[in-house]
Amino acid sequence: MILGTLSKITGPVVVADGMIGIKMYDVVRVGSAGLMGEVIRLEGTHATIQVYEDTSGLKVGEPVESTEGPLMLELGPGLLSSIYDGIQRPLPVIAAQTGSDFIARGTTVPALDHERLWEFTPTVEVGQELVGGDVVGTVPEGPTVLHKVMVPPGVHGRVTNIVAPGSYNVQTVVAVLDGTTEVRMTQWWPVRQGRPYARKLDPTTPFLTGMRILDTFFPIALGGNAIIPGGFGTGKTVTQQSLAKWADVDIIVYVGCGERGNEMTEVLKEFPELEDPRTGSRLMDRTVLVANTSNMPVAAREASIYTGVTLAEFYRDMGYNVAMMADSTSRWGEALREVSGRLEEMPGEEGYPAYLATRLAAFYERSGRCASLGSEERVGSVTMVGAVSPPGGDMSEPMTQNSLRVTGAFWALDTPLAQRRHFPAISWTKSYTLFLGQVRPWFEEEVAHDWADVRERAMFLLQKETELQEIVQLVGPDALPETEKIILEVARMLREDFLQQFAFDPVDAYCPPKKAYWLLRSILAFYDAATQAMSRGVSLRQIMQLPMREEIATLKTTDHDRAIARMQEMVAQISDEIAGIEVM
Amino acid sequence: MTAEAAIGRSLLSVEYQTVSYVTGPLVFVENVHDVSYNEMVAIVTPDGSERSGQVLEVSGDTAVIQVFEGTQGIDVDTTRIRFLEEVAKVDVSPDLLGRILAGTGKPIDGGAPIIPEKRLDVTGSPINPYSREQPADFIETGISAIDGLNTLVRGQKLPIFSGSGLPANELAAQIIRQARVKSGEEFAIVFGAMGITNREAAYFMQQFETTGALERVVFFMNLADDPTVERLLTPKVALTVAEYLAFEKDMQVLVVLSDMTNYCEALREVSTAREEVPGRRGYPGYMYTDLSTIYERAGRIKGRKGSVTQLPILTMPDDDITHPIPDLTGYITEGQIVLSRQLHRRGVYPPIDVLPCLSRLMNLGIGEGKTREDHRAVANQLYAAYAQGRDLRRLVAIVGEEALSDTDRRYLHFADDFESQIIGQGEAGRSIEDTLRVSWELMSELPISELKRVRDFIDKYHPNAGANAATQA
Repeated sequence: MILGTLSKITGPVVVADGMIGIKMYDVVRVGSAGLMGEVIRLEGTHATIQVYEDTSGLKVGEPVESTEGPLMLELGPGLLSSIYDGIQRPLPVIAAQTGSDFIARGTTVPALDHERLWEFTPTVEVGQELVGGDVVGTVPEGPTVLHKVMVPPGVHGRVTNIVAPGSYNVQTVVAVLDGTTEVRMTQWWPVRQGRPYARKLDPTTPFLTGMRILDTFFPIALGGNAIIPGGFGTGKTVTQQSLAKWADVDIIVYVGCGERGNEMTEVLKEFPELEDPRTGSRLMDRTVLVANTSNMPVAAREASIYTGVTLAEFYRDMGYNVAMMADSTSRWGEALREVSGRLEEMPGEEGYPAYLATRLAAFYERSGRCASLGSEERVGSVTMVGAVSPPGGDMSEPMTQNSLRVTGAFWALDTPLAQRRHFPAISWTKSYTLFLGQVRPWFEEEVAHDWADVRERAMFLLQKETELQEIVQLVGPDALPETEKIILEVARMLREDFLQQFAFDPVDAYCPPKKAYWLLRSILAFYDAATQAMSRGVSLRQIMQLPMREEIATLKTTDHDRAIARMQEMVAQISDEIAGIEVM
Repeated sequence: MTAEAAIGRSLLSVEYQTVSYVTGPLVFVENVHDVSYNEMVAIVTPDGSERSGQVLEVSGDTAVIQVFEGTQGIDVDTTRIRFLEEVAKVDVSPDLLGRILAGTGKPIDGGAPIIPEKRLDVTGSPINPYSREQPADFIETGISAIDGLNTLVRGQKLPIFSGSGLPANELAAQIIRQARVKSGEEFAIVFGAMGITNREAAYFMQQFETTGALERVVFFMNLADDPTVERLLTPKVALTVAEYLAFEKDMQVLVVLSDMTNYCEALREVSTAREEVPGRRGYPGYMYTDLSTIYERAGRIKGRKGSVTQLPILTMPDDDITHPIPDLTGYITEGQIVLSRQLHRRGVYPPIDVLPCLSRLMNLGIGEGKTREDHRAVANQLYAAYAQGRDLRRLVAIVGEEALSDTDRRYLHFADDFESQIIGQGEAGRSIEDTLRVSWELMSELPISELKRVRDFIDKYHPNAGANAATQA
């Protein structure tokens, strides 16, 4: 046992002496209260430790004991529908155990319920050769997800014993390999190390979010990653939450990293009540929440996103598509900066440590579509969406810029849009995606063969509007010719009737890609017919008074199938209707 | 932290006379034993007076202490340091209501000493997110720009971003005067003044006295000429009392903290004295974390009746909303109310610029059964129309009003009327029903076809819905 004594305390960082044999990133118990901490620097026998809990009241000379292992997660059935803090302590259990509504220090609670029985069905037989990643049995984890009990990575051997189907708790040894190696329903994995996989695959299926602007203009693929930067009040959290609610994936890991308590409460209250649009059961049944609010200890905040991604990788290994939302990665960066400052490291840009970019790259690279370890290959993916909170909304700051270099899509939230209550306030001029080429075949196959053309034309009109607006700002709208005025009007329809989406409207909250496509088609058909009519001398005013224009505006909140049917009708009729207008 | 309590405890504790280094608000003491991080200390200066301080760092046998009342007069030879063996605590009791206390929690109104029911740690612990109750009750502040467009909800933290010379204090006083919830309960007010001037303090006192609010106010006063470092304790003490009143005495508590900018300045002062690596504009890298431990102490808890609602006031240096103080605040709080110098110059009171304002919890507190079914839609419509009107103003400055279409001209006038009638309501309070009524009147200036966001409610609430229907047919 490695036992040392405290020699220095400054905020969340402490130094212990006499830690002979301690390793970097080992977890230690600090002081008589047994606060949890992690070794982040070694100098001789002095270990610098970041403590995951408030250090008030610690004294020099108190004992520091090593657990002789890095920060690990307990992975097994029961993770789904749990609510953890940054270091995998279940918050409801903390509340029940301490009987307090506040988080007391030094609380130790198991991450999984060790008493609860799970219905285990073995899938292997005695005598079978197994390698790491192979499934020894399955457990229904909630009504919709089948949990696969896997041989931990690096373990292999011939099955010498396997339990009969039945109810067991998570600590039960369900299989024995080579007579000695025990395989339990749970396994431990260090959070800072990515879980291994056989190989990475090219992402090809889009990560459907139900948000028109994202699915149509800036789609990413399952296994991809994106950042959502935006100043405060631009709707990062609402966007993240609606992704969590509607994204077309099997498992959701939602990490509230250094954000507001009341917002976390909203998630905690809403998710269990929400119906899963895919299966009809509770959304919470396929969700893991990691909540480390801004006033909870800073070092645990730093750990929380690693906790989140490790949980995501675990379900990926079972062959599921997992989405991980991190809100907000900037708080994680700031935690890094704060600890670095306490270590008196030489600061890089804006006080962030020079290794910020390395850490970020290592984090985002844990996303991907992977073939799992094991003899039967399962394909799963981890898609990451990280919110970024740039100070003052200035995107040139290090967190945004370093994230941009390693992520595949940039969904920029725009303060002026948010101020005029255009939601989602995602800017169509600043955002981009690098996944378009990879997901385009899917859309052309599943939605419409001319999907890419329609998308491009709409983008062109929006781009053109931005240019025209600059002219209007200088000379007024009257100076524009009618053919350009119609562009302004159509772009306005695109903005109001297509891009704006009501997260709180029961129908509009989720828009299937087909409906999004038909909305664009109808607006473009309207534009085509209108330009044609104008060429024969019909005035813009006459065209804008058409009831069809009003009708398009109501379609996004109309039932999906009915709206699509109506739009298909409209696209067919629109040119006749406009052709019928007499020149006045 | 009363002087009596400190002396009582001191009989058992050791005094050190080993000060080695004094800089700014910090004192370094050597050869100390058994000292804990964040422990409170008493400092006896050469002239015999006693000050209080807190341990900021312990390293081997050296302790770094921040002195709340300033280091003037402290020497290296004779100053004595006594460690009090406890972290900063404050005496709490329901009798605190109606009292005036120093920034550290000591009564300074000359009244009877407070008989504590409890002594509570001022740092507090974070509320377990699982134990939080979602805020849901509408608070009527009587101010249209807030009630109608950026509704305050019980358990929310909604700061007022002000600039020097803008009437943030008047607005805060008006909110304190008018704030009520539907159930009719009154608020207990905890007022944490940090570095405000005597004049400002007197203004609040006079407001509380004339409106009879004083008996439900706990007033923590750290004035501009009081020691800077004491300010670091003031919001924590105030919030500890607020939490006690809310969660143990079932009260609805409104906490007003003024001015958070002064608090952040104090934080920077201590950080600089400790020679820490500075973050943006010299503020310490942990300012976000530090501010969050203040702002996050708002909310409701499952199974308890009370609530803590925060209304911090801060001054944006040079009206810059991207300055670290308003910026970090905005990332923690649930929205913000922003005052505008432009509106103020035009004589609009309260000069709330609604475009950058936001209340994140608004949707939880409005709608049918809470305010009115059309509230959300009306707010959205007002925002959209006002934003358009403001854009047109810029255009008019270049091309003149004649170049505008008829609809655009109406938008332009709408923006003017919106500022003078809805925002510029003056000193008088306005109920939410009145706010919505005035809003509909204003919206009726616009063509019905433009009112896209309130379409479902036009028949019911539009002042001349019938007439319009007739002309359209």
